[in-house]
Amino acid sequence: MQKMIDEIKEKCAALIKNGEASRVIGWEKGELPYDRTPAVFDGEKAVGRLLYDAFCGANISKYLIAASKTGGKVIALLKPCDTYSLNQLLTENRVDRSGVYALGVGCSGMVDVEKIRDKGIKGIKDIEEIDGKLSIKTLYGDRTCDKSEVLLEKCLSCKGEKFAVSDDSVALLEGETAPSPSDRFSAVSRIEKMSPKERFEFWRGELSRCIRCNACRNACPACSCMTCVFDNARSGVSSKASPDAFEENMFHIIRAFHVAGRCTDCGECSRVCPQRIPLHLLNRKFIKDINEFYGEYQAGEQPYQRGPLVDYNVSDRDPGQV
Amino acid sequence: MLKITLDKISELLSEINKTHCVYAPVERSGEVCFDKWSEGEKVRLDVLKTSKSAKGVFFPQTEDIARFRSKGKELEISQAKTEGGPFVIFGVRACDVKSFEILDSVFLSDPVDSFYKARRENALIVAIACSKPEETCFCKTFSIDPAGPSGDVEGYTANGALYFEPRTEKGKNFCASIARLLEEGDEGAVRAEKEKIRGIMADLPFSSLTTKGWGKDEGNRKFNSEKWKELSDACIGCGACTFTCPTCQCYDVRDFDNGREVIRYRCWDSCMYNDFTMMAHGTPRKTRVERFRQRFMHKLCYHPENHGGVFSCVGCGRCIEKCPMSINIVKVMRAIGGEEI
Repeated sequence: MQKMIDEIKEKCAALIKNGEASRVIGWEKGELPYDRTPAVFDGEKAVGRLLYDAFCGANISKYLIAASKTGGKVIALLKPCDTYSLNQLLTENRVDRSGVYALGVGCSGMVDVEKIRDKGIKGIKDIEEIDGKLSIKTLYGDRTCDKSEVLLEKCLSCKGEKFAVSDDSVALLEGETAPSPSDRFSAVSRIEKMSPKERFEFWRGELSRCIRCNACRNACPACSCMTCVFDNARSGVSSKASPDAFEENMFHIIRAFHVAGRCTDCGECSRVCPQRIPLHLLNRKFIKDINEFYGEYQAGEQPYQRGPLVDYNVSDRDPGQV
Repeated sequence: MLKITLDKISELLSEINKTHCVYAPVERSGEVCFDKWSEGEKVRLDVLKTSKSAKGVFFPQTEDIARFRSKGKELEISQAKTEGGPFVIFGVRACDVKSFEILDSVFLSDPVDSFYKARRENALIVAIACSKPEETCFCKTFSIDPAGPSGDVEGYTANGALYFEPRTEKGKNFCASIARLLEEGDEGAVRAEKEKIRGIMADLPFSSLTTKGWGKDEGNRKFNSEKWKELSDACIGCGACTFTCPTCQCYDVRDFDNGREVIRYRCWDSCMYNDFTMMAHGTPRKTRVERFRQRFMHKLCYHPENHGGVFSCVGCGRCIEKCPMSINIVKVMRAIGGEEI
């Protein structure tokens, strides 16, 4: 991994030195062995603080909406799945392409620390990744676990090693590969098979934990409205908790409708949810339906592509036909 | 010292439930949060940081204040009543117990919040010491002792049993009411447990974190720090930190029109939101940096200034675990606390 970090730093420093870019947006070390905060590294010297490892799960493409418009070029470190979000943001004219230097960074899967804790591994003092295994020092003794068992939900349906958009890239080290994806629609199919009552109860149960923190909306690269309808005091709906629990659940359903056809399935909604609500399943239901109705479609795969919900051709399925 | 073996906890809760409503860290589809326990539900006494803190028991996320309904030309107004009778909140950790004191300093000072007050008076707190503090814990920074969690009854888990020590009159009566299920316990086991916990506390990654540079007289200097901008850069302006925080106590009062009546209610609010403290002229904090600064200044300067030097952070570490972008109060305390401005 160190070799990759060095290569990323070298490329960034060279780009800043020759004036092609002025700063980098990537991740920096936090207070604990696993917390990585998205950060802007301004100038060649600051690049030294940059870090890249198995804990850089955050998708930083959304920061580019603002960062691409502040003058000069910003180098954005993007994992393969993050590049789909950038493409979608470019398609929607939210990011200024001329302000971004997309540096793809290879990824062999990102770790979900909560999943490590779920295994009863608590009091983490240090984590080291060696050949697909995590060696963890804790306050209560040393533990190990397979990285593949504690990957972020989004990594379980990895889009592969391809960068949908990039100006340059830093590949994975030899011998490392992207996680092999499992069927991302299996959970959706399971929910589809439920009776309407069971399905209603399933979602009411999951959504009952929602605290309306809006982390899903604020982290979502597809949620890029200048002012969200839920932030508009005159709209009659609110971004805070409602006395009517059903009204509250509708927030997530409305959001899923709004990002339908534009959601790249980047998985940020579920990654950031402090109550661990499987929000990505709502979006995946839409993706599955779109695939079935209009043919396979991956938002963000191509820049400036017209998605099936904003396009029309005569062979389109009749909307009334189920 | 009284005790009950851990395999009898459900039996104990059933017994309490005969006369009192019980709030406990219950597991619901894999997540553990403080909520009303019902018969058969799994209680997780091994989980330190419930995904929602215990504050919601006293200060719920939403709460009705009044309802308005029009009948012809008449307007019918019904005021919400303070609800419920005595209840037990079971399994609260030292940090969350301390958070109640901080909430008290706000809700019980003039004008007293009658809804909150009624719940506080109705509550009996069974606190539990933290057998296994975690790396995100920093309660020690705020002089909280996880080995002495306070409450009406103080509990300790050791040798497969839960030990009880009543600390108040209310606590004594409570222990007497469940005496049928308790047996006499060995004080030595509890002493050893306390020592063990304090030993672990010294070994935590944040054990050296202090409040140096923060407090009631630091407001102006810290407000003007140039580091706020950089620290807030990654903040996405969500309310995950505020809503999982056991001491954040800001709320909004809103009207909800359901087509039949209007419900006036209050709900948790977050200083991270752009309509926070919105007034006729607009909001006083127009940028993300200002909103971000407000949260930490409130906890580390304004609250101490208004409440006898007490910080409004208890070091539970939920914000560390829950921030989508790994920003947290420890980072802020370290970055700005030590600097000379």
